[in-house]
Amino acid sequence: MSEKNLILVTDVGSTTTKARLFHKTHGEWRFLVSGEAPTTVESPYEDVTLGVKNAVREIEELIGHKILCKDGSRIEKPCNEEIGVDLYCTTSSAGGGLQMIVGGVVSTMTAESANRAALGAGAIVMDIIAENDERPIYEKIRRIRNLRPDMIMLAGGTDGGTVDRVVGIAEMINAAQPQPRLGIDYKLPIVYAGNVDARSYIQNLMGKQFALKEVENIRPSLEVENPEPARKATHELFMEHVMSHAPGYTKLMKWTDIDIMPTPAGEGLAIQLIAKTYNTNVIGVGLGGATTNVYSVVDERFVRSVSANLGMSYSCCNVMKEAGVKNILKWIPFNISEKEIRNILINKMIRPTTIPHTLKELIIEHAVAREALRLGLQHHKNIATRLKGIRTDDREITLRRASESISETYIEMMKIKILAGTGGLLSHAPVRIQSLLIMTDGFLPEGVTRMFQDSVFMMPHLGVLSTVHPDIAWNIFDKDCLVRLGTVIAPAGIAKEGEVLSVKLEMPNGDTIKKNLKFGEIVRIALPENQEIDAEIKPARGFDVGEGSGHKLETKVWGGVSGIIIDARGRPLSLPDDEQERRNKLLEWAKSLELYPLDQLSKLSEES
Amino acid sequence: MIKLDEKEASSEAQAYTPGLKVKRSTVINEIRRLPIPGELLVKEGDVVGFDKIVARAMSTGDPNIVLVCNQLDVTSEDIQIYMTKKLGDPIKKGEIIAKRSFLFGMFKSVCTSPIDGTLEQISEVSGTAIIRALPVPVELESFIPGKIIRVIPREGVEIQTHTALIQGIFGIGGERHGELIILTKSNDEALEASMINSAHKGKIIAGGSYLSIEALKKAVEIGVNGIVVGGMDQDDLIKFLGYEIGVAITGQEETKLTLILTEGFGNMPMSKRTFNLLKDYEGYMCAINGTTQIRAGVIRPEIIIPHDKASDEVDNNDRLAEGMRTGTAVRIIRQPYFGAIGTVTSLPVELRKVDTGSLVRVVEVLLENGEKVTVPRANVEIIEE
Repeated sequence: MSEKNLILVTDVGSTTTKARLFHKTHGEWRFLVSGEAPTTVESPYEDVTLGVKNAVREIEELIGHKILCKDGSRIEKPCNEEIGVDLYCTTSSAGGGLQMIVGGVVSTMTAESANRAALGAGAIVMDIIAENDERPIYEKIRRIRNLRPDMIMLAGGTDGGTVDRVVGIAEMINAAQPQPRLGIDYKLPIVYAGNVDARSYIQNLMGKQFALKEVENIRPSLEVENPEPARKATHELFMEHVMSHAPGYTKLMKWTDIDIMPTPAGEGLAIQLIAKTYNTNVIGVGLGGATTNVYSVVDERFVRSVSANLGMSYSCCNVMKEAGVKNILKWIPFNISEKEIRNILINKMIRPTTIPHTLKELIIEHAVAREALRLGLQHHKNIATRLKGIRTDDREITLRRASESISETYIEMMKIKILAGTGGLLSHAPVRIQSLLIMTDGFLPEGVTRMFQDSVFMMPHLGVLSTVHPDIAWNIFDKDCLVRLGTVIAPAGIAKEGEVLSVKLEMPNGDTIKKNLKFGEIVRIALPENQEIDAEIKPARGFDVGEGSGHKLETKVWGGVSGIIIDARGRPLSLPDDEQERRNKLLEWAKSLELYPLDQLSKLSEES
Repeated sequence: MIKLDEKEASSEAQAYTPGLKVKRSTVINEIRRLPIPGELLVKEGDVVGFDKIVARAMSTGDPNIVLVCNQLDVTSEDIQIYMTKKLGDPIKKGEIIAKRSFLFGMFKSVCTSPIDGTLEQISEVSGTAIIRALPVPVELESFIPGKIIRVIPREGVEIQTHTALIQGIFGIGGERHGELIILTKSNDEALEASMINSAHKGKIIAGGSYLSIEALKKAVEIGVNGIVVGGMDQDDLIKFLGYEIGVAITGQEETKLTLILTEGFGNMPMSKRTFNLLKDYEGYMCAINGTTQIRAGVIRPEIIIPHDKASDEVDNNDRLAEGMRTGTAVRIIRQPYFGAIGTVTSLPVELRKVDTGSLVRVVEVLLENGEKVTVPRANVEIIEE
């Protein structure tokens, strides 16, 4: 690699274009500065490069170094003393990102595999069409006709199996004549990743009408899932057909040194980077304004889910709708009516770029975030499942019912060792302990779990950068992006009262801190970032921290900006039914963790 | 949607907070487009009213897949043997499309068409036939009166009109038009059920601060075409629609009237400027559309009141692109100063701490009542005058 001193990475988001500049200083790569501007994908601008230029100009003003060429028509490369950068790359989710329909023969087998592959490629899956889903054929056809996807992925059948069923699905798609979202002048891309024996039929049927790309079967046999070729083809078609028709992207593609990547794909790479570096199981979450993306790497298997309408602004009312307003209210430590909370949230939805000014509204948004995370993880567990349809020892094919799918997930919180969060609400939480507790309450980690957070939203940027310079990306990730919030120690189990666990911590100064916690308590012990200490955790009978009920765990725990949190509130976590008791409990936890300014919190509580 | 003057982004980075348009006098170019290519029924220079059909298209009918081989109990590759219709044949509902005789013709099984249509495909792989339903006509109305200034071959037209234009913050229901009637005396008076009567049938009624569910129900009963009001409770919207809106993408609701909120949810006095403008055009015919899309590519509901009155008002569309500067008129759009109007006095570069404890970019605003407040920059919108 040639010597480089400045790298510019942008993320062209649906509302904001976020530019991050990285530089080499004292021999290592670090984050230097950021600039942001509204995305200009829509009318009257219809050219994303205008937003990129505005974000870059903010950086130029802040550091006094020109990045755009003199006439502002492109990014100047390479870098010299006065102008330019050495590398420019970008992610993008503007205009709704990559929107796909996936199809397969059996909803819990090939269609599910296609869904996972499309999600893994960074797509929003608009619908999953399977031959055996419960809808009548005409309804599926109508759905395909009404949706205007950017791309379709079609799977079905194992190699060597019968071809009629997957061809049947292809005929249905063909007959529906789906139209691409970005204009009528180009062919809709289709990735075919089904039975190889059906390829000639598919080619004859769809080759002329669609931009068809045939790849290896996503389920060559029932026991094997092979998503990579389909994922790669999705990315190629995204660049070749979709991006080239989005406003301004042809120009942007010429500016970048590497292919533009969908934002969630960049975020996913960042989460995989964490899992690889720490060699452990990780769950990551991107809690955005419109969507919640959950990523898991468990025993090296990477899965992404996107809950397209669970977000903190554009879709905050959908969180309220799906969770139920009572589930939002339960996290609020003061009295507020359902009517008021409904009006506050819908006002946020219709003016999504506003931010809370008062503590009351901040606490309400934090309550919504907890529920968005809870629902997002629930959705993720439906996708992160063991392969269905595999042959068991007695050679019977097990077709598990959809209702069993949650129990079929391989996600067990006790096995997750790192939780990492990104997104505006988490990054902008006034104090980090707030984002730590939001993630804890939403995901309910068990055992001993490290908690990370994106400092200023640059996970997608570092994800795309890692495809060409993984070492540079990790160094910046480690030093400037990942905020180590701390460690949560949380025994699984419930009780009515009584002692739940005792924890002994060997502090860096040689002191030993011992804590005995009763059920329902939560405490915080300060331990700075990058400090690693020995801990002995003894759960009571009926509680488990990873070694089985009542068994002691000796382990290392790590500090962070929020320190060590010992959470004896139980798993699953339940709150008192009585309103006053519930509010008192929330206040008790907030006081114990210094979650919000206590004077303001008390005032709110008294006023209500 | 309305296309106003197209502007390139300013060349410098700036604070940019779009506001809702409240324009007394402006010229809008409304592009009306068919969802699929079709034929135009007007030509450039024609003058149209509110409900002129300007274009028409024939949408291809839905395909209907018939499981022929399943029904006849034959193998897929033999389907052609049993088909009694050829590709392209017109077919009536109930007509036989495939037939199988067995035991020397003593027994027959037949496959009939479930719809009127055309035989489009016969598949020897899946053993199915696809019958395409008859085309469905799609008609496009002008929606606003004006002059056709451009025709887009096979797609639609651009209509130009001189109008007052108000954007609301949220709406439900699609395109409607009617005479504008103002029912409240002031911008902060609630629109009560008692104010609505049978004379308002087919009209667009407008009021001040708050619409109750009783008033809304009465308006529907009477046959009011549309309501424009400052605010209402989300609870009441659920009661009216029968379901809860999770994502603000609206306009397709099958409601009997179109509803536009100018300020938001709760008891929200309509901005004086909006109220006064509506009041000045009482009795005029107006077109309204509740369609709202709060995503990238924001669409806000609109009230369009065509007129030919000249105005002293400067049409400063450029204000939006110029961004927020000292002296810009703004409205605060979040508590604790929701609805307050003032003038930007300063845009500090450094981050400031607000009540939540967050460090954010702020703006200092001198309110109309003389109070000076500091609020997050994200919580104000530019008033476009």
